[in-house]
Amino acid sequence: MSSSTARPPLLEIANLNVQFHSRVETVHAVRGLSFTLGRERLGIVGESGSGKSLTGRAILDLVPLPGRVSADRMTFMGQDLLAMSAKQRGALRGAHMSMVMQDPKFSLNPVMTVGRQIAEAYRAHSKMSGRQAEEHALHALESVRIRDPRRVYNLYPHEVSGGMGQRIMIAMVLAAEPELLIADEPTSALDVTVQMQVLAILDDLVKERGMGLIFISHDLPLVGAFCDRVIVLYSGQVMETLEASELAQAKHPYTQGLLNCMPDLNRRDDALPVLKRDKAWLA
Amino acid sequence: MITSGKDSPKGGVSLRRFGSIGQVVARETSTILATFLGLLIVTFLIGRVVPIDAVLAVVGENASAEVYNNAKVELGLDKPLLTQFGIYLVKILQGDFGVSNLTGNPVFSDIATVFPATLELATLGTLIGVLIGIPTGVAAAVYRGKWIDHLARVVGLFGYSVPVFWLGLMGLLLFYAKLGWVEGPGRQSVAYADLLSPVTGVILLDAAVQGEWEIFWDAFYHLILPATLLGFFSLAYISRMTRSFMLTELQQQYVTTARVKGLSEGRIIWRHALRNAVAPLVAVIALSYASLLEGSVLTETIFAWPGLGRYITNSLLNADMNAVLGGTVVIGAIFIGVNLLSDIAGRLFDPRTR
Repeated sequence: MSSSTARPPLLEIANLNVQFHSRVETVHAVRGLSFTLGRERLGIVGESGSGKSLTGRAILDLVPLPGRVSADRMTFMGQDLLAMSAKQRGALRGAHMSMVMQDPKFSLNPVMTVGRQIAEAYRAHSKMSGRQAEEHALHALESVRIRDPRRVYNLYPHEVSGGMGQRIMIAMVLAAEPELLIADEPTSALDVTVQMQVLAILDDLVKERGMGLIFISHDLPLVGAFCDRVIVLYSGQVMETLEASELAQAKHPYTQGLLNCMPDLNRRDDALPVLKRDKAWLA
Repeated sequence: MITSGKDSPKGGVSLRRFGSIGQVVARETSTILATFLGLLIVTFLIGRVVPIDAVLAVVGENASAEVYNNAKVELGLDKPLLTQFGIYLVKILQGDFGVSNLTGNPVFSDIATVFPATLELATLGTLIGVLIGIPTGVAAAVYRGKWIDHLARVVGLFGYSVPVFWLGLMGLLLFYAKLGWVEGPGRQSVAYADLLSPVTGVILLDAAVQGEWEIFWDAFYHLILPATLLGFFSLAYISRMTRSFMLTELQQQYVTTARVKGLSEGRIIWRHALRNAVAPLVAVIALSYASLLEGSVLTETIFAWPGLGRYITNSLLNADMNAVLGGTVVIGAIFIGVNLLSDIAGRLFDPRTR
């Protein structure tokens, strides 16, 4: 028991708030979110606009202006993120924490070959020659099960398929072997057959390297199958936190509502269920 | 831009690119020929429509009917219109634009003399516009809403709204008359004029090649003020466009990806975002360059610059139609050429359009 306390948790967040102030109003996008992450797979689910993506970006210090992030406590591997300068946070990004985004079509630079984009990730955090970075990038492409890395290295993003693009993204963000990976709807833009492939690769790499994973998705069954623990967000607040295996027995009406929204082939309903939202939950 | 090729797959890729660029050039060339033909039809028809009698312009007002008719036959003006156009076409393709009534020289050689002066001015002006305009635009986009953005906007607005003749005169007053930092109007001081045997006609180039540094610097100090003036107007436009392209690019998701990778801000701005803005910027710069190459009449007039704009304006004021139409054809050809180059460059910079 004492051995586990020797190592601080990977990520500890207490009372995280993200607000957008404008002249007209203040939008409170994330309200008092707290969680602790070990080297595990944590799912964050919720509807669009529930603040799940912003939570990921707040951890990476990538909340777009004029967003303001505040928290009582934000530590990463024992380091206080709140006390760090923007530059120090930048040095942490890519090297120790990284993110895969939704649509590879937009998240890769269209005028740079994919190989060079991966090689660049290697060179950003360690002093290696262009040649070495290229070797590493080819290996990285191989590790995400790309058959002909040499050929793919020289392709431009518009020349690869969505599934391959997302595997390239994964290869790129895992370049520096980060301890924490945030996957922000990594499979939502892909078709179903490719989704499973990409998830399998992600799962392997996370397990292999003992990373912590925050998996952001609106797809409850997927998160239930893929993660260890699930946080359910509604309007920037945690509704409940539960073990993924217990998702089907969720108590909270919002979680139940989300689960019911999935149409079932074996159930014949004349009307699709409507998700119930209650302002009282935000107390 | 293309990574060092050292094995076959890479060679294959670059060969494929080369092939597609060849196709592009072929397609562009046919468009250009059609455009050029259209231009010639227009200039030909203008020559026939304007109320200036081409025969009278040659023989003078007091010529007898016989002389007039002989001259008309000699000029081919008695033939059917289509035949006349054929003759016109062949002549133009041979570089024969007729003789200028004003100077008595062939129009082609006149233009060959004045064009290098405009080329020199336009090139240096564009260079100044690009070298200052792009960094300014990038800075304005990156520090959006900060003082540098406002400063760039005020300077740009100034560049848009202040008339060139006023700014030119003020520039001459301050930097030439008061401070004596630059030379006055004209391309060269009288003492140096015609000392150099023209090779390209661009004095800076000719002087540098022949090692005549005294002539070079004299020409440079004549050039720098009008070129800066043109550069100022071109920089106002280029920096504004750069800012707007960069604002678009900086909001793209690949920029977030670059940040996630932990790249430095400098690399994100210059190597990722600006690199994506290059293709549209090339078109903007080419357009601005082409408009300067047409000869900026006001600037050339204020600075007594013997360039294309002044030549055509003078010819027009003297009803010298051969020179005006010849000049129009040359300007049209320049415009088409610059557009072709910018199209090809744009494609080279954007792999999606190859």
